[in-house]
Amino acid sequence: MIPERLVNAILFAGLIAVPLCALVADEPFTITLVTRAVILAIAAVGLNIALGIGGLVSLGHAVFFGLGGYAMGVLAFHAQTYTPLNLGPLTIAGTKSMPLIWLAATAISAFVAWIIGLLSLRTSGVYFIMITLAFGQMFFYFAISWSTYGGEDGLSIYVRNGFPGLNTLIPIQFFGLSFIILSVVLFLNARLQASPFGLALNAARQVPARVETVGLNPMRLKLVAFVVSGAITGLAGALFADLNRFVSPTMFSWQLSGELIVLIIIGGVGRLFGPVIGACLFVTLEHWLGGLTDFWHVFLGLILLAIVLFARGGIMGLLTGKEGTHV
Amino acid sequence: MSDPILATHNLRKAFGALTATDDISIDLNEGEIHAIIGPNGAGKSTLIAQICGGLRPDSGSVHLLGRDVTSDSTQARAQAGLGRTFQISALAMEDTVLENAILGSLGASGRPWRFWQAALGDRTLRERAEAALERVGLSDLRDTRCGSLSHGQRRQLEVAVALTLEPKAFVMDEPMAGLGAEGSKLLTGFLDQLRTEAPILLVEHDMDAVLALADRISVLVYGKVIATGTVDEIRSSPEVRSAYLGEDA
Amino acid sequence: MSALLIIEQVLNGLQFGVMLFLMAAGLTLIFGVMGLINLAHGSLYMIGAFAAAAVAGATGSFILALGAALAAAAIAGALIEITVIRRLYGKAHLDQVLATFALILIFSEGTRWVFGSFPLFLDIPDYLSGPVTLPGGIQYPFYRLTLIAAGLLVGLGLWFLIERTRVGIQIRAGENDREMIAALGIDITRLYTLVFAIGAALAGLAGALVGAIQSVQVGMGEPVLILAFVVIVIGGIGSIKGAFIGALLVGLTDTLGGIFLPELFKLFMEPGAATQTGSALASMAIYILMSLVLIWRPTGLFGARA
Repeated sequence: MIPERLVNAILFAGLIAVPLCALVADEPFTITLVTRAVILAIAAVGLNIALGIGGLVSLGHAVFFGLGGYAMGVLAFHAQTYTPLNLGPLTIAGTKSMPLIWLAATAISAFVAWIIGLLSLRTSGVYFIMITLAFGQMFFYFAISWSTYGGEDGLSIYVRNGFPGLNTLIPIQFFGLSFIILSVVLFLNARLQASPFGLALNAARQVPARVETVGLNPMRLKLVAFVVSGAITGLAGALFADLNRFVSPTMFSWQLSGELIVLIIIGGVGRLFGPVIGACLFVTLEHWLGGLTDFWHVFLGLILLAIVLFARGGIMGLLTGKEGTHV
Repeated sequence: MSDPILATHNLRKAFGALTATDDISIDLNEGEIHAIIGPNGAGKSTLIAQICGGLRPDSGSVHLLGRDVTSDSTQARAQAGLGRTFQISALAMEDTVLENAILGSLGASGRPWRFWQAALGDRTLRERAEAALERVGLSDLRDTRCGSLSHGQRRQLEVAVALTLEPKAFVMDEPMAGLGAEGSKLLTGFLDQLRTEAPILLVEHDMDAVLALADRISVLVYGKVIATGTVDEIRSSPEVRSAYLGEDA
Repeated sequence: MSALLIIEQVLNGLQFGVMLFLMAAGLTLIFGVMGLINLAHGSLYMIGAFAAAAVAGATGSFILALGAALAAAAIAGALIEITVIRRLYGKAHLDQVLATFALILIFSEGTRWVFGSFPLFLDIPDYLSGPVTLPGGIQYPFYRLTLIAAGLLVGLGLWFLIERTRVGIQIRAGENDREMIAALGIDITRLYTLVFAIGAALAGLAGALVGAIQSVQVGMGEPVLILAFVVIVIGGIGSIKGAFIGALLVGLTDTLGGIFLPELFKLFMEPGAATQTGSALASMAIYILMSLVLIWRPTGLFGARA
């Protein structure tokens, strides 16, 4: 068995080393692939806060991924068409600046997470799963029917948005940016998990009755976790859209919500680097199996079944011998 | 005599045709242990749930420190000074003993919205938790995962978590359940001293413990309190003898 | 807007609702008895549709096609119950979600493997096609009317099965008390497989019936599955009656909303914007309905469990 810290360190080093090697070998596509893994990892780290610590099985986290994506898409669309964005009483200009887009993406995702959380946390268990799934579908259909921003066809952004001092169109620079965000998010997650809030949230997942009888409100703890979680996944959505320079309703799809959970379970539920392992493995499988057969999802399904039935701790569990948290 | 710390007035709760608690009025005074006994299905759990906030009574009221808390939530009652232990240990089994105790001190601090500093590094939280663990004799196990504690140790931790709240009144749901003779004896000694800090409403099946500890006993049968009094009064009460032993009153 | 149009749309809504009921009934039954959330229920719907399309293509018989749909979905259901689902009873919801999500991946891609990516078509048989004239002179497609009747009939049959038969007593016992049913000497393993197969067959039937008015393609099941979840959230988990009422509510809201909301907005907006706002809002109507029910009754209209 390998200590968890060592696994984390190796993973972290690998995420830096692979794109650098690819840079030397002049394989920009590999860099883009790793960037994709990094961004998916950010989204899954966000979900892991709600799911792994808070025990909230959200099957609608694509809502926040999509909102982040559309926050980027809409702002950049108005910037590239030189049209103002009309928000009822407020009219704002579009922007191609990443920091501003990220701010908008996290803010709108956090706000929507708060609303969805308020509604769906009135229930628990299976109801919660079904309701979050349903809200995801609501946004999916809304995006399809909203033709101003491309409807079903989605929205293309011609030039990747900018970050002061960087040329984001160069793959390694955009990778670096994404990687730094992942690192920051992981750091925040680690702090949060060890903080008084994290301790209380962790207990609220396991024994809500106890949390109540020490005078804390488990629902409110979970709501805050859901908002933080949604905001992070929203940020990842903005990056993902920027990676592809394209947003479409599929970013809201239930498959994506499912895949985000899959990333976590493959890596290890509730483990800090679980989502990172999961995302790396997922992108590798997608690329490698997807190159071998058009039907690689069959194999993904079989792997997933095997993990659920026989290896509950995911890859992290297999490597470190530690079980994941129980959700 | 001063006002009771905890009191119920005419609590009534029915589930369909079954009246689980019927017009129950009991009180708990400074410095006493008031035991509630009664056969299974007498309504003890329903009574506790109404006192602690899990169930809303159909009618009647619950008073804590003279204040009506009937419509308050569980957590509001806890903040107001009600400390509770569960019949089946409600502990975060994946967490360590210390973390469970810190959860209690976190509740007592009323400030869970801190996202940055490590909980284990917070001196105030930690000292409070360690002190409670010390008192129940679990200090040496502070870094043990709760899931690997013995049954008796979990019972001790239950009490420790309630202690961190420094409550004004305890409600303990069968704290002796599943403890061996030795464990019961230790806990009995501990509760005996605890009553001077805060009175205890003790629901318990272990009659040795009840007889050793209780200042007063209330007997609950079919949702009604059929008798309240000192140990001797209860022993000689014809109603109790009739209900428990089937003797004619 | 004429009364004729309104009646026609109400009938469309009923037809949609009744088909949703077939899906939701199986889901809610499976949850009520086995405590399992089954995402792969949409795959069983798809399997029913594909089996029907394949058999209808080979034999030309719609009745045989329906039989094939029922059989294929029931067999597929029993098969996954025995191999996978059975290991999930009593496990965490997260495990159930993931394992059944895995089943979706396997079934969807497997079907694409066998049948290819192009949609199949299942034709309405001649004796069910064409319009009929209803009292009041309304012309309405006979097939859709048949769907409403078939759905109601199946609902009635389900009610009879659960309330009036031996198996039904066992199912109800299973919902209330697992130990009781074992004490009665009922083979619980077989009962669970049976319940799962019944739920699967209902989904397969719905898939085949709807497949004749829409195209039969991979991925057709999941949107319906999610709508069935909305139905269950509204109706209350475990309640067949709730599933029925919820399904009709969702069917009517969705159909009528899509038609009337744009018209409604035209009353005070210019037509282009009204159509867009109206149809965007209509796409959200059932979810808004669900939210309102949640605020009013978190466990659904007929739900007992929290």
